[in-house]
Amino acid sequence: MLGYTIRRIGQMIPVVIGATFLIYALTFLMPGDPIAALTGARPLPESTVAQIRQAYHLDDPFLVQYGNYMWGLLHGNFGIDFFGRPVLGLILERLPTTFALALTAWVLKLVIGLAIGVYGGLRHGRAGDHFALVFTVVFLGVPGFVIALGAQTVFGVQLGWVNPAGISAGWPMAFILPALVMAFEAAAGLARLTRTSLVGVLRSEYMRTARAKGLSPRRVIWGHALRNAMIPVVTYLGLSLAGMLGGAVIIEAIFNIPGIGGLMVTSINNKEGTIVVGIATMLVLVYLFFNLLVDLLYGVIDPRVRV
Amino acid sequence: MSQTTEPTASAVAAGEPATFPPRRRKKTNRGPIWLRPRFLISGTIVALMLLMAAFPQLFAGFGSDPNANCNVMETNQAPSSEHIFGVDIQGCDYYTNVIYGARASILVGIVVTAISFVVAAILGALAGYFGGWVDVIISRACDMAFGLPFILAAIVVLQLFSERTVWTVIFALALFNWPGGVRFMRSSVMEVRNREYVQASMLLGASKTRIIKSHIIPNSLTPLLVLQTLGVGGVISAEAGLTFIGIGLTPPSVSWGLQLAAARDYISAAPHLLVFPALFLTLTVLGFVLFGEALRDEFDPKGK
Repeated sequence: MLGYTIRRIGQMIPVVIGATFLIYALTFLMPGDPIAALTGARPLPESTVAQIRQAYHLDDPFLVQYGNYMWGLLHGNFGIDFFGRPVLGLILERLPTTFALALTAWVLKLVIGLAIGVYGGLRHGRAGDHFALVFTVVFLGVPGFVIALGAQTVFGVQLGWVNPAGISAGWPMAFILPALVMAFEAAAGLARLTRTSLVGVLRSEYMRTARAKGLSPRRVIWGHALRNAMIPVVTYLGLSLAGMLGGAVIIEAIFNIPGIGGLMVTSINNKEGTIVVGIATMLVLVYLFFNLLVDLLYGVIDPRVRV
Repeated sequence: MSQTTEPTASAVAAGEPATFPPRRRKKTNRGPIWLRPRFLISGTIVALMLLMAAFPQLFAGFGSDPNANCNVMETNQAPSSEHIFGVDIQGCDYYTNVIYGARASILVGIVVTAISFVVAAILGALAGYFGGWVDVIISRACDMAFGLPFILAAIVVLQLFSERTVWTVIFALALFNWPGGVRFMRSSVMEVRNREYVQASMLLGASKTRIIKSHIIPNSLTPLLVLQTLGVGGVISAEAGLTFIGIGLTPPSVSWGLQLAAARDYISAAPHLLVFPALFLTLTVLGFVLFGEALRDEFDPKGK
């Protein structure tokens, strides 16, 4: 198990380097002068511009800048923005809000998706299953932000059950609507996967054996079928938690939630490359961390993987 | 190739009762695919939307222009017999605008998917067939592109451009849309490559070109094509979502995402501005998703 863990971490390193390099290179190519964006209408004296360029290493070749950045990153330093604020602090200030949103959505998704998926799988080919399929098609087919807009208009503006935007109501009231929207969108995929996996397991030979041994249907389903059907589902669940952090960007913009998605959009508009790179890097690291966690967990659930 | 071998397999996968507990297996003749309701409905939607994207004049009337005959005095007017979808903020006929909005969405969806398909087919086939270091390089590149969440990566690329046209958006989305397809193609090529009849034809002395051309491609390309069709809806909704939050298309373009973004400020005063583009967008994405699923059930029973 230790060897497996070390090997997985070793495989992650080139991915981290490649992904951060890509983000850094793309932001480096960003048009426009960040210093011009900094000062507004009044131009700065030459010497000040030179001083700032020097302080932020803007005149160094690209690879040197990237090297400096990675070196800082290794020490937990995400750099500072053009107002002198440490980027890590800015991100950490917003991260809890985004995490709260993504986690709430993830838990809701887990409950909705598993319930529908297991129900559909057990009633495979019957009316209940068809109902479950229609549900998943609708939520896969309708774009998430259209659902978000609709929910915001109906529940927030027309009915007034929750605040249509912002997080002044605190958790859970402010998060329930955006989280539900995200959850329904993602639950469709989960429900399908669970259903397919369960149907596959129910058809397998060892299920027949378990029945033939005289186990009750309840024991067979809870003890054997669901347990084995959950193996692919666990992978998907882990990956989707990280994916939800990325997906939260659009939902945050719609519901005006001050998370990292909002920070990212404002930083793009202000040409604050350091923050954009910082957020993207942070999300990539979180994403890869969850990937690793899932892989390790997978080894615990399914011993066949640990070779 | 696969059409002739598939029917029995697809009949099993396409909604027969489970064998737990073992039950009688209904034998039904489902008829040709184009007569089944799901395929028929989704196919019609897809065909209509394609037509709308290619020739909006057919629907909006010849000689019409989304920006012609605008009258600012009529701004945000509700639907009437003259303007069946109402009038937008600039006083232009909304029906014409919504019809013309189809082009951007469909173009992005189709072109991005086509690019991913070509890249996935080539890279996946190379990695799967040759293995070794070719496979290592391609697979690691996939891992890196997978390391970035799709929407996030698209945002990072799109912010590089201050004025974004359909082609900019296509570029940004296509850049990160291929890894899933490459992985799929790679594993399906590997699987085909190890089948007995391919091994047999290798032993018989068939050339590499011949094996790739007559065994590998026909057996792994159809599933990939089906998988990519399923992705069109997702790409369209990603484009609309990005445009909606202001990072996708920018104004001179006409698109549903832009119309929805503009409509947001008038939700209570002019709800029709929100309803019609949302309806068209939803119908399109739903149509493509259903169409892809109908195709998948027909050609790739294992993917279900």
